[in-house]
Amino acid sequence: MSNVQALSRTETAAPKRRPDRRKPADNVTGWSFAGPATVVILGFSLIPMAWALMLSFTDSDLMTPGRNVGLDNYRALFQDPVFYQALRNTGLLVVLYIPASLIAGLLVAVLLNRKVRGIGFYRACFLVPYIASATSAGLLMGYIFDRDFGLMNGLFVKLGLPVQGLLSSPSQAMFVLTLIFFWTRFGFSVVIYLAAIQEISKEVLEAAAIDGASRWATFWHIIVPSVRSMTIFLGVWGLIDALQFFDLIVTTTKGGPANSTVTIVYYVWQLAFSFFTAGYGAAVAYVLFAGTLLLIVAGLLVARRRGAMR
Amino acid sequence: MRRRLPSGWHLVLVPMSAVTVLPFVWMVLSSFMTQGELNRFPPSVWPEALDLGGYRTVLGGSDFPRWFLNSVLVSGAIVVAQLALCSMAGYAFARMRFIGSRITLVLVIATALIPFQLTVIPTFLIFNKVGLTDTLGALIVPQLSSAVGIYLMTAFFQSFPKELEEAARIDGCSRFAVFFRVVLPVAKPALAALAVITFITAWNDLFWPLVAISSEANYTVQVGLTTFQGQHKADWPAVMAGTVLTTLPVLAVFLFGQRRFVQALTGAVKG
Repeated sequence: MSNVQALSRTETAAPKRRPDRRKPADNVTGWSFAGPATVVILGFSLIPMAWALMLSFTDSDLMTPGRNVGLDNYRALFQDPVFYQALRNTGLLVVLYIPASLIAGLLVAVLLNRKVRGIGFYRACFLVPYIASATSAGLLMGYIFDRDFGLMNGLFVKLGLPVQGLLSSPSQAMFVLTLIFFWTRFGFSVVIYLAAIQEISKEVLEAAAIDGASRWATFWHIIVPSVRSMTIFLGVWGLIDALQFFDLIVTTTKGGPANSTVTIVYYVWQLAFSFFTAGYGAAVAYVLFAGTLLLIVAGLLVARRRGAMR
Repeated sequence: MRRRLPSGWHLVLVPMSAVTVLPFVWMVLSSFMTQGELNRFPPSVWPEALDLGGYRTVLGGSDFPRWFLNSVLVSGAIVVAQLALCSMAGYAFARMRFIGSRITLVLVIATALIPFQLTVIPTFLIFNKVGLTDTLGALIVPQLSSAVGIYLMTAFFQSFPKELEEAARIDGCSRFAVFFRVVLPVAKPALAALAVITFITAWNDLFWPLVAISSEANYTVQVGLTTFQGQHKADWPAVMAGTVLTTLPVLAVFLFGQRRFVQALTGAVKG
């Protein structure tokens, strides 16, 4: 997943080794191998993508063919307070989650990159929340962070702190959900960073140690720059992940209280499958998609400029 | 550094790992509690006795076993299909040159950027049109192959030495014979990695089943558990028992195939 560039590089290198002499038989064999998988993927992505674009110009309700309403859905979006609320909630998640997962991911990966007894067990621990389903994690955390019965408030009371609203509080629910999301997802950053750190050559680290570099200097001047490409990858991945935040909301707050945990994706789902305004839902989904692409391109440009300055 | 004493790092590593897994430990503990123990404040941390009421409710008083079976069928079918289709496609993209092969691979990988939320409404309409919504088939068909799977297998076959196949080709074997008799048997590490990651993804999927399935008999375990919680708000032991049973299969697959899973995530499956 993390080496798309490498993949396309070897692809373009291939013709040099073997001059391109395609025979009709090669095409038949090639496509009979690659065809079925490709048809499923492209069929369930490109066709629905085009269809969703058409839907976004209609007032489809999922059941009857919609009327063409032109750009009305996109215009309505700018006057929709729930859309703005969803935008703010999603923005909060992105702004808190991405830096947290990058920083914590790298720190934990550094801590896990050593030979001590039982290190395999520790490493496995960080992936358990990642492999558990959002349903399990959501139901479990929904109970732990429950206002009236939850362990968290139980702990607060034991420590002499006031009971908090947590998932029932419009001002706290999105923060609690962000924390839960972080808990379920950041194991991925740990794994990716750990693999990248293990690729750093022993000689470089030993040389640094001989030169008397402190732990901090080694971390800041060797490890951080070495894993830079993974930081970019994880930033993009985290953005995609955070913008698609959905499952945990279904199993905890269902967007409440008072829409305080409605994300854009959750709103798309509500619009299409609860409110039966699929055309409008498709428009919201398209705005989300366009926004995602813009953010990714902007992020990559910033990363590239930073890289050029080094 | 220090050889004889246990490393001081344990003092850092133990609390850190505890934060990640203690909620799950408590999930198991609470599944053995009584409703009284969980519906008071603050809730119990340790069960007074092993109470099996929660498991009895979820296994005997709900459709949970049926949902579990549905999930096994759906995830199993998806894993088998992806192993077959993605390995064939990956092999073709890594080894053969044919019309449109390069652009198709780029397109396939690019689809990983398309959010499912964008395609879910039309996908639902497609299945509605052919009358497949509310069937297990609707859950299987869109996941018969995956961009991640094709990517993994392509990368694996590219890093894989060609000599073996070339010898077989010279002996006059067809591409298909070479693939099935020579290549697949040695591709086991990559296939295992793909199987682990595909199973976990398929088993945990909630969004699409939530949209595509409407009758309770066809729920997957994730959808079933979500609605079960809605209907049994006060019966937390049963809900926790359900989450334990739902988590066990992925946990087992993860522990069994941890190395392969990590390799799949980091895209570094080697022979």
